[in-house]
Amino acid sequence: MSVIPAARARGSALDAARAGEGRALVARLDPRSRVLLAVAFTGAVVLAESLSALSIALGVAIGLALLARLPWRLTLRRLLALEGFMLVVLALLPFTVPGRILAEPLGFGLSAEGLRQAAQIALRANAVAVALAALLGSLEVVALGRALARLGAPSRLVHLFLFTVRYIGVLEQEYGRLRLAMRARAFRPGPGLHCWTSLGHLFGMLLVRSLERAERIDAAMRCRGFTGRFHLLDDHGPERPGALDLGVGAASTAALLLVVGLGL
Amino acid sequence: MIRLEAVTFAYEPAHPVLERLDFHLAEGERVVLNGANGAGKTTVLHLMVGLVRPGSGRIVAFGRERRSEADFVEVRAQAGLLFQDADDQLFCPTVAEDVAFGPLNQGKSRAEARAIVHETLAALGLEELEQRVTHKLSGGQRRLVSLAAVLAMRPRALLLDEPTNALDEATRERLLAILDSLPLAMVVVSHDGEVRERLATRQVRLVNGRLE
Repeated sequence: MSVIPAARARGSALDAARAGEGRALVARLDPRSRVLLAVAFTGAVVLAESLSALSIALGVAIGLALLARLPWRLTLRRLLALEGFMLVVLALLPFTVPGRILAEPLGFGLSAEGLRQAAQIALRANAVAVALAALLGSLEVVALGRALARLGAPSRLVHLFLFTVRYIGVLEQEYGRLRLAMRARAFRPGPGLHCWTSLGHLFGMLLVRSLERAERIDAAMRCRGFTGRFHLLDDHGPERPGALDLGVGAASTAALLLVVGLGL
Repeated sequence: MIRLEAVTFAYEPAHPVLERLDFHLAEGERVVLNGANGAGKTTVLHLMVGLVRPGSGRIVAFGRERRSEADFVEVRAQAGLLFQDADDQLFCPTVAEDVAFGPLNQGKSRAEARAIVHETLAALGLEELEQRVTHKLSGGQRRLVSLAAVLAMRPRALLLDEPTNALDEATRERLLAILDSLPLAMVVVSHDGEVRERLATRQVRLVNGRLE
C-alpha cells in the first residue's frame, strides 16, 4: 500500500497529525520510548530514598514538562487535585509516625521521622505526576495503546484499555442526559430519603444502560465477523528507534547510573 | 436471499413480538419496513442475522437453513446490518481500524484490508476521515463511517435500522444518494417518507406481529 502517505513515516498517524503544532522535543520521541522512560523514571523515584535524590527527580520531571511544553495552567489544575488528596495524609504523618519529637503544638508530638516521610511522599508523588503528565499525558490515547501493544503488553489488556477510553465518554454523556432529565423535573440534591432513592435509581439505570450498550456493541462486533480474536491493522511493523530515541535512552541510562553510583 | 418462515419471537413469553411472521427478501429488492414503535422492526433485522433466535419457525439465508451461531457467522458477512446508534458500531479507536475490522475478521491480510479501507472510504467520499478518532466524529460522520464499515465486508444485502434518524438535511441527502447508488438488496426500517420515495421497491408494515 504505497498510498499510505509518507507523513506517517514514524510513530502513529496521530502524532503525525500533531506535527503542525511546532513539535516539542518530547513529542518527537517515539511513543514506545516515552512509555519506557516513564516506567524507568517511576521505578527509580519509587526506589530512591534520600531527599536530595527525590528533589533532583522533581527537577528532572519539571525539566521534562518544560521540554514537552505542557500547558502550565491545565497542568497546575490537575496537580492541585492530587495535592488536595494528599494534603490530609501529609498533614497527619508528622503526628502519627513515632520518632524524635521536634515540637509539641497543642500537646501533639511532631516527629522528625514523620516530617521526613511526609516530605518524601510529597516529592515522590509530584515528581511522578509531573513526569507522567509530560511523557504520557500529551500522548493521544490511541498512540499510547499501540505503543503498549508493540512493547508486548497482553493484547487483551490493550484492547480493554482502548475500549474503556472509547466508552467512558459515552457513559458520561448518558449520565449527563439522565442528570439533566432529573434537573428538568426540579430535582435538587438535599438531605432526606428522596434524594438517596433518586440517586440510587440514577446509578441503577446507568448500570442497566451500560449493560445493554455492551450487549449491542457485542452484537455489532459479531455482525462484522468477530469470533473472539482481535486483529491489529497496525502493520508498520516495529520500526527502528530513531537517533533521538537512542540519544535520550543513552542519556537517561547514564543519568540513572550516575545517581546509583553516587548513592544519592 | 433471506427468508423468514412462520417465525415467532418473544422477549417475554406473555407478550410475543412476532407471531408466525413470513418475510422474503429477493435479489435486487429494496424493502422498506415500517410499523409502530415497539412493533418488532429491529427484531426482524436481528433475526435475519441471528443476533436473536426465533422461538419457532425457520430462517433460510443464502440458500441454506440457518440455526446455530456458526451458521450465522457466514450470513452476517453477506448481510450487513447497520445499527440504529452508530456509537454501538464504531468501537475501534480510529476510522481506518474500524472499517478494517470486518475484512480482517474475514481473514484478509493487512495489506488487503488497507486497500479495502481506502477503496470503501473513497467510494463514499470519506477519505479525509481515515485517520480520525471515531469518538470525535460528528453524528453524521459517524453514521457514514459505520455504513462504510458495513460495506467494507462486501455484503450482498444491507439491513438498515433507521438510517436517516437524527441526521441533518445535507447528511441525509448524502446518505440517501449513496444508498440509492448501491446495487444491493436492502431491508430498510424507517419512518422517513423520503426514504420510502427514494429507495423502496416494496413496502411492508408490521402490525401485531405480522406483516401487511
